[in-house]
Amino acid sequence: MKRKGVEDGESIMGDISKELVEKVVTAREEGRALNIVGGGSKSFFGRTAEGEPLEVAGHSGIISYNPIELVITARCGTTMEEIKQALAEHGQVCPFESPVFAGRATLGGTLACNFSGPARPCLGSIRDAVLGTRLINGKGEEMKFGGQVMKNVAGYDVSRLQAGALGTLGVITEISMKVLPIPAATATVAMEMDVAESIGLMNRVAGQPAPLSGSAWVDGKLYLRFEGAASAVEGAVKKFGGEVMEESSAFWEGVTEQTLDFFQGDAPLWRLSVKSNAPHIDAGGSWLVDWGGAQRWLRGDFDKAELERQASEAGGHLSLFRYGDRSGEVFHTASSVQQRLQKNLKAAFDPDRILNPGRLYSWL
Amino acid sequence: MNETTISKAQLADAIRQLVGADNLIIDEETQKPYECDGLSVYCEMPMLVVLPETREQVRAVMKICHDNGVPVVARGAGTGLCAGAMPNRDGIVLSLARFSRILEIDPQARIARVEPGVRNLAISEAAGEYGLYYAPDPSSQIACTIGGNVAENSGGVHCLKYGLTVHNILGFEMITADGEVVQIGCEAFDSPGYDLNALLIGSEGLLGVVTEITVKLLPTPEKARVVMAAFDDVEKAGNAVAAVIANGIIPAGLEMMDSHAIVAAEDFAKAGYPTEAKALLLCEVDGTIEEVEEHIEKVEKLFLEQGAFSCRKSESEEERALLWKGRKSAFPAVGRISPDYYCMDGTIPRSKLAHVLLEIEKMSDSYGLRVANVFHAGDGNLHPLILFDANVPGELEKTEEFGGKILELSVDVGGCITGEHGVGKEKLRQMYKQFNDRELAQFHAIKDAFDPQGLLNPGKGIPELRHCQEYRSIEAEGC
Repeated sequence: MKRKGVEDGESIMGDISKELVEKVVTAREEGRALNIVGGGSKSFFGRTAEGEPLEVAGHSGIISYNPIELVITARCGTTMEEIKQALAEHGQVCPFESPVFAGRATLGGTLACNFSGPARPCLGSIRDAVLGTRLINGKGEEMKFGGQVMKNVAGYDVSRLQAGALGTLGVITEISMKVLPIPAATATVAMEMDVAESIGLMNRVAGQPAPLSGSAWVDGKLYLRFEGAASAVEGAVKKFGGEVMEESSAFWEGVTEQTLDFFQGDAPLWRLSVKSNAPHIDAGGSWLVDWGGAQRWLRGDFDKAELERQASEAGGHLSLFRYGDRSGEVFHTASSVQQRLQKNLKAAFDPDRILNPGRLYSWL
Repeated sequence: MNETTISKAQLADAIRQLVGADNLIIDEETQKPYECDGLSVYCEMPMLVVLPETREQVRAVMKICHDNGVPVVARGAGTGLCAGAMPNRDGIVLSLARFSRILEIDPQARIARVEPGVRNLAISEAAGEYGLYYAPDPSSQIACTIGGNVAENSGGVHCLKYGLTVHNILGFEMITADGEVVQIGCEAFDSPGYDLNALLIGSEGLLGVVTEITVKLLPTPEKARVVMAAFDDVEKAGNAVAAVIANGIIPAGLEMMDSHAIVAAEDFAKAGYPTEAKALLLCEVDGTIEEVEEHIEKVEKLFLEQGAFSCRKSESEEERALLWKGRKSAFPAVGRISPDYYCMDGTIPRSKLAHVLLEIEKMSDSYGLRVANVFHAGDGNLHPLILFDANVPGELEKTEEFGGKILELSVDVGGCITGEHGVGKEKLRQMYKQFNDRELAQFHAIKDAFDPQGLLNPGKGIPELRHCQEYRSIEAEGC
């Protein structure tokens, strides 16, 4: 389905992407670094940005959306809010439930940061949903990878590689991704429980056939969300017990948008992405557990090296997600072979290191 | 690519010292089974076949090959369908067959740690005692290995709901082209830095050799049922597929067969398919008992509304298996009605199905070659099986040309040249249709980042740019 105004929009947007190409080419010629900016909603993330802003928010709009194919294609500057709205009109959603950050989050930024909400362990991340991208590499070459079909194994998967790359491999200009139907029914149950016990229970529930779509723990309470056919949701609520919440969407939104009390204030926010059943890490500080135990948030001042050690032991990795010192490394230390491969890869896309240099790692 | 700087005898001596004489095949007769993969029209004999038993041996063998400019072609069970595992005549075949242990199953975390030579189905069999299974199920799953699945990003009939290999792997241990060990991904859902997991899965053995894999396991659904629906028109069947999706149901499997495939499959499997049908749909729903009952009724109703002239729901596990048997044996069934068949693997937007089938029929007439179509309707992956006789001079070449045209048609309607089989040696020529020189150059730059000497599976996956130019100019001249 072509959307209204697409015909007129096409040529203008074509010009904008051409303009972006020119800006990248010029920056390369002049040896200037670029800081790619969409809606600016995630400027807190990664290391402190260097370089002159390359605004991409203007490159926006849904290019095609075919509900029957379960695929939407939009320009990078399109806000997640607009996308969610367009999908809702046809009874569909972005399965990865990413934050909209007060309407500022864009599709391109969401992929570049690989942000996903509580449904992630059950329905996948934006990295999982992406089918194709158009991007401009550091040489100013605009290219197209993947496509609009569910299965495509021709060539390397350059599209998924952009997830979490923080724009260091290319300026993403267009994204096609898989969407899903809105579940027919939803219910959330809450139960009082300590964190260690709740991690065990989250994993046990996820190991059973149930329409689980989120499990989180905060402030002494475990929350389990079930979504799917009405009969299946009812069955799960009966089976697992707990207090059925009258209104649960505000809670899950608070987890996704990081607006719960837990996220208030400017104490360092650490993210531990770990094996889902790793034991609770008793480091002190306050915790919020999401993704069925696989994503753990921690507030407070901690020694990064020590937390890293604990995250590794828990089968995963650490990042200083928000606040704290953003001039040092904020992501998990990479092994020497990993560093070599990642640097080589960066050079393959952006030989002169002009795209978001140092945003991911100081050496990248 | 560097010139090989070592003789066969010298290399054999060096490798024998590392892996022992039992794990090295030098003579041609014993090497013969390694000359091709599942696409046997492409054959080549390697210099040596090496079957290491440990990670350290893989590392050391890779190091020797790296230092001496010897190409390395990694191999699993050899069931691939794009000649991706076809040997290089100046290089070694590195078989991972001895890496066949399931190292650990963590039922609570729903994770299994396995070696690459473990068969796909063996993972689900081992996880079964915990009520878990590994979701991607390529039709070769009895024989194909998880290492091969990682190399090809294999799919299966359950992709729409459960994803491809790339969605079901948490991480793996890889040996780089120069013989270093590196951990990619971890036991969490994501990893720091670039998502090398996503880049390397499906890279067809061009970027590294995998020696250990951590896979995700899912809880086995309580129940699964299948509806079979027969239509007198392909377009109606296509609309019926759309209707299921539009009604918010994501089936576990949704397969379509055309009349040639239906007749062949029924003759072979006696599944009770109506042979007068022009199109047959098999739609499986799984989940909790309540969910399955709710959805199966809904699907049947939709199929009837969309004009199915016959519908049948599985009432037991036996009946479900029988209804699937016809579809699952479609390839061997087609093999019985023709001396040879060639399986294509394009992906198309579902809405273009009727158009694509019509075009294929036209080409079938003009080439004088029959085609049977099986279609993963849920995810748009079309497998036309071209029937031919390799003993008739020129018929294989004609078949390959016809197959190439089908893939190009797939690209023209907004799809791609391969949904799950990979490019390998086979589809190099169609790569130029899907990608321009800039994009191909970017792929080569990625390759160089991992394998600057070009020793890993050379001549596969990504065509040389100069070849593309030749093909492009042929195309432009209208030949």
